[in-house]
Amino acid sequence: MAGEELQQLSSIHTSNEARGRLAKRYRTEGYFKWVGRAAIGVSIAFLLLLLTSVASQGLPAFVFNFVNLPLDISAEKLGADGSDLQALKKADYDSVIRDAIRAQFPDVKSRNGKRALGGILSSGAPVYLRQQILDNPSLIASGKSLEIPISDFADLYLKGQIARSSFVDGAANLKIELQDKEYGLIADAPIFASVLAKAKAQLAVQVGALRNEQAGLLRSQSKLEDEIKTFKTRIPTETDTQISDRLETSLARTEKNLSILLKRIDALAASAAALDERIANKELGETLTSDMPSTLLYVGGNVLKLTSVTDKTALATPYFSLDEEIDQAAKGTWQLRTLDVVEANRKFSDQEIVWTDILVERGFVRSGFNTIFFTRGASREPEMAGVLGAAVGSALTLIITLALAFPLGVAAAIYLEEFAPKNRWTTIIEVNINNLAAVPSIVFGLLGLAVFLNFFNLDRSAPYVGGMVLALMTLPTIIIASRAALRAVPPSIREAALGIGASRLQTVTHHVLPLAMPGILTGTIIGMAQALGETAPLLMIGMVAFVVDVPTTFSDPSTVLPVQIFMWADFPEPAFQQRTSAAILVLLAFLIAMNAIAVVLRKRFERRW
Amino acid sequence: MRIATDILQPNVQPGNETIKMSGRKVCVHYAEKQALFDVDLDIVANQVISLIGPSGCGKSTFLRCLNRMNDTIDICKVSGAITLEGQDIYDKAIDVVELRARVGMVFQKPNPFPKSIYENVAYGPRIHGMTRSKDELDELVTSSLRRAGLWNEVKDRLDQPGTGLSGGQQQRVCIARAIATKPEVLLMDEPCSALDPIATAIIEELIDELRENFTIVIVTHSMQQAARVSQKTAFFHLGKLIEEGPTEQIFTNPHHKKTQDYITGRIG
Repeated sequence: MAGEELQQLSSIHTSNEARGRLAKRYRTEGYFKWVGRAAIGVSIAFLLLLLTSVASQGLPAFVFNFVNLPLDISAEKLGADGSDLQALKKADYDSVIRDAIRAQFPDVKSRNGKRALGGILSSGAPVYLRQQILDNPSLIASGKSLEIPISDFADLYLKGQIARSSFVDGAANLKIELQDKEYGLIADAPIFASVLAKAKAQLAVQVGALRNEQAGLLRSQSKLEDEIKTFKTRIPTETDTQISDRLETSLARTEKNLSILLKRIDALAASAAALDERIANKELGETLTSDMPSTLLYVGGNVLKLTSVTDKTALATPYFSLDEEIDQAAKGTWQLRTLDVVEANRKFSDQEIVWTDILVERGFVRSGFNTIFFTRGASREPEMAGVLGAAVGSALTLIITLALAFPLGVAAAIYLEEFAPKNRWTTIIEVNINNLAAVPSIVFGLLGLAVFLNFFNLDRSAPYVGGMVLALMTLPTIIIASRAALRAVPPSIREAALGIGASRLQTVTHHVLPLAMPGILTGTIIGMAQALGETAPLLMIGMVAFVVDVPTTFSDPSTVLPVQIFMWADFPEPAFQQRTSAAILVLLAFLIAMNAIAVVLRKRFERRW
Repeated sequence: MRIATDILQPNVQPGNETIKMSGRKVCVHYAEKQALFDVDLDIVANQVISLIGPSGCGKSTFLRCLNRMNDTIDICKVSGAITLEGQDIYDKAIDVVELRARVGMVFQKPNPFPKSIYENVAYGPRIHGMTRSKDELDELVTSSLRRAGLWNEVKDRLDQPGTGLSGGQQQRVCIARAIATKPEVLLMDEPCSALDPIATAIIEELIDELRENFTIVIVTHSMQQAARVSQKTAFFHLGKLIEEGPTEQIFTNPHHKKTQDYITGRIG
């Protein structure tokens, strides 16, 4: 009997059934591992996606193109020498820059042309120049060359973000003759055929649009015809003369509308047919409009823009010319350049592209680290806008937040955890603190607005007020984390200290707090990181201001990084889109730096024990 | 249940025995639950008294009453009188910090501070301002470690963390830490329960030596240990002090049946 029982006992864990159960347990464990790995994989993939998209957008903004034109900053030009700062402040820097860029392109004579020429430099260039000279008046005498920022679109173009171009070597001999203001080009081979084909393709798009419109009108036509038919059947049956009169007038009006409509349909059909004919006739030349791909012709230092083409001939306007006269160009000595984005769809014209290219060719453009972005405050001009103002604002705000929230939070946690009696009141306080941690941050913003600004009349947009609001928001996080860290310290340490005769406060400050410090610091950093990324409460207290100057004190109006990002993201300029991503990268760097400090501090505390 | 006190006739001690601490009608409640019932016990100076009894009998609770460690537990209420040299330690005039300096404690689980060995031992003297100079403190730390029988093992690594030592060594650091404060009474709550026989032997030897200078109260589950180290033994059962007397008498000729049952292993 006993033997049988033993036999049974031993088989409990070795039977096939038991083996099956065991295998199932391992299988479940395996599934769990795979689900975990998949979760981690997905999160890493999303993180990488986010980082690469932000980095690919933002990194180009860290580089910027500066123009190194020979500027006339002599004392005579400015009307002041280096010793007279007041006069230097008032000097006309606009004309310095205007003259410098015009000197490069003396053949630009028209008003519009001159204005467009100024557009390839930043409109903030005079301010930038003035600041450089005021910072260092000795530059005036030195005759050193100064760099000024290029315009945002020129910068984007140089980074290849406006349009891509393709060059084709001219495969024909070309005769060039000046006709009036334009040049006539005659080739001995159909080398303009592809340009013409693209123009015709654009015409086909137009035809499509016309046909669409025509179809719409045809539907209106049939509707009107139906109405007329109804009128016509009703009028003979109507006995009331008044009503029939009214119907008559309606009928007349509708018939008139119909005839107008029919005329328009005919006109549309005619222009569509005309276009069709133009498309069909490959011999016929076309005028190139701004919604057709731009074609530039480079010959011997001259740049011509084609304005109309047939397959062998073309008319072209000079966009840039050296003074040499050219009346012909042999096969291979000239090039055609096509831009993939049509001129109507970009903010940087063909003429500006040509000028910018010339500046690059002459070695006046230097691509370098974007110092403006890291040394200036906000600006309406993307090329003059910097992130330093917001970064300093963030730093000032966080200093206040840390200075308020850390000591208060830790003290509150120590009191609640180590000193307060455990009764109903402390339970209520604990529940409320936990609830506060879940309150939406904008509510804290409203509180700050009502209490700090309206009641105490503190400064609007000031980092110290922002810091106070964020401290309120961060406090619950720090208290909860600190309490958890204090609770994790083994009670035996407290007993040991108390048993020797340490007072409660000595027990806490000498033993418990140092052991809890790593955990407290972790909680604090989480809270601070949250505060760093917070936008909503700061909007409420006016830290959304457009602040050009970099703040230097806790009461200067300022903004913070996330708010700056939020504002830039709203601007339509593509250069601001880049700067938005760049500012996000700066914010991330800020965050990583903070976390690194926390890790270092934590390590130090851990090593001490 | 009054047998123990009847037999003992407290305060009237033969020979030159002086009463260091005594408890009268000590009751302890944890919230609604009563853990100790009217315990009367005298602790004689420069003797070792063992408190024995099955788990949950209240011996540790009584021990913790002697230096008011129960104060840290909110729901714990102590009534009755406990005196240290005739002075009620639960009196408002008594400062608990001073009391704990005079009545030191060593816990069941070695609990050195996560600091250096030196800092562990020097902590008590430091917070009580017992030394005037670094040299004096060094001297005190050295002598405490010597008396705890640890000096030779740690003299070359006083700056290393106390938590890095073996269990037995850690417990001796705790003892050194407790005696560095120069308490009059030393409470030991199952000091050897986590230690192997060799470490236990060392600590028992130590207790015997310490008796010269301190009055020692030790809680133990080991009957042999009680017999080896103590002069007096008190047997607790279900929160009541059943019997108390010279160790020899308790182990060889207990007056009470429960004591006999426990000692012989019939209950517990």
